[in-house]
Amino acid sequence: MAKKKRRSMLYIPGNNPAMIQQAGVYGCDAVLLDLEDAVALNQKDAARILVRSMLESVNFYDTEVCVRVNNMQTPFGLADLEAIVPMQPDNIRFPKTESVQDVRDFMKEVRRIEKKHDIKEPKMTIHVMIETAKGVANVYDIAACEPRIDAITIGGQDLTADMGIIKTPDGAGIDYARKRIVMAGKANGLDVLDTVFADVNDEEGLKEETEYIKKLGFAGKALINPRQVDPVHEVYNPSEKEIRKAYRVYSEFYKNTKAGIGVFAIDGKMIDAPVVQRAITVLEYANIDIKDIEKSLE
Amino acid sequence: MTPKFKAQAGTFESSDIMVLIEPVAEGSGRQVDISSTVMLQFEEDLKACINQVLDVMEIENVHLIAKDKGALTPTIKARVETAVKRSLGIQEGTL
Repeated sequence: MAKKKRRSMLYIPGNNPAMIQQAGVYGCDAVLLDLEDAVALNQKDAARILVRSMLESVNFYDTEVCVRVNNMQTPFGLADLEAIVPMQPDNIRFPKTESVQDVRDFMKEVRRIEKKHDIKEPKMTIHVMIETAKGVANVYDIAACEPRIDAITIGGQDLTADMGIIKTPDGAGIDYARKRIVMAGKANGLDVLDTVFADVNDEEGLKEETEYIKKLGFAGKALINPRQVDPVHEVYNPSEKEIRKAYRVYSEFYKNTKAGIGVFAIDGKMIDAPVVQRAITVLEYANIDIKDIEKSLE
Repeated sequence: MTPKFKAQAGTFESSDIMVLIEPVAEGSGRQVDISSTVMLQFEEDLKACINQVLDVMEIENVHLIAKDKGALTPTIKARVETAVKRSLGIQEGTL
């Protein structure tokens, strides 16, 4: 099966039933039901109960569902975990992760609740959110400390606030953090997701930023409006020319591998393992399963 | 359990429901008043859903007023649960 794509993760306020019930039809790869910053302090209980209730019965189709809980240092974090962990969404997002100890404390509660509810084979993975300078400094250790972490995400708004700088359209202030977090993720085989693009009316700016973060190695981007889904997918989706080339590279690789040949050439250019890996990535983004290519060549 | 405080949960937005709880004297029983944009089609379903939550939470004496704007079952259940918990003074993890 092709790897699950995470080009787009749409933030949905946890206290908005209309948006949550439609979450599966926005066309994004993933949705994030937010109990943290998108919920007013006096509505935290209402959002927690609503999200739990929606997870029990709403069909999200093949959209990945992540829930962002409040940080454990707040009065809401533990109550969020008690309500959400038994529902086992695809992932739970741990905001403002700053250290390995933070992850250990968080996972201790997650495991305690799973044990209490007799969840023996938990399917839920963990997303850690890096949004402070301390978190950026410790991100390599954080990424490697817990096997259930399968994605890291950068929170640009909080990070710039923590750094005492203004978030500019060119992203200069968070550029180092983006690159460092991508490397930490790649070094540990994790997906890395980019921060939101706040101006929903600036489609060109969104595309430009998405082109940039794609080049850096981000698997996708957080979105704040369904209108942002298509522009982001357009950037991540490979062109027909790229797909044809990737198909040819993988087909030749498969045929040559079966014949016991490791390195070969197409149109006079050497094709080795990294080229094949890039072709596989293109095919994944084009929803083409390499197993189907292999079958067609049998 | 008997609600102690006036409480509310939900909004008047489309696909939501506003639930108001008023405490009543012990032994008064349940009074559930509903108005809805889909009253003709779903009044009985709404009542059944609200009563189901009240049953689970063992709330016998209460006056509940619901103003529905086409909420789905999970939303109705969540808003009733929230309003009841607030009226009981149970607002775990909320300022």
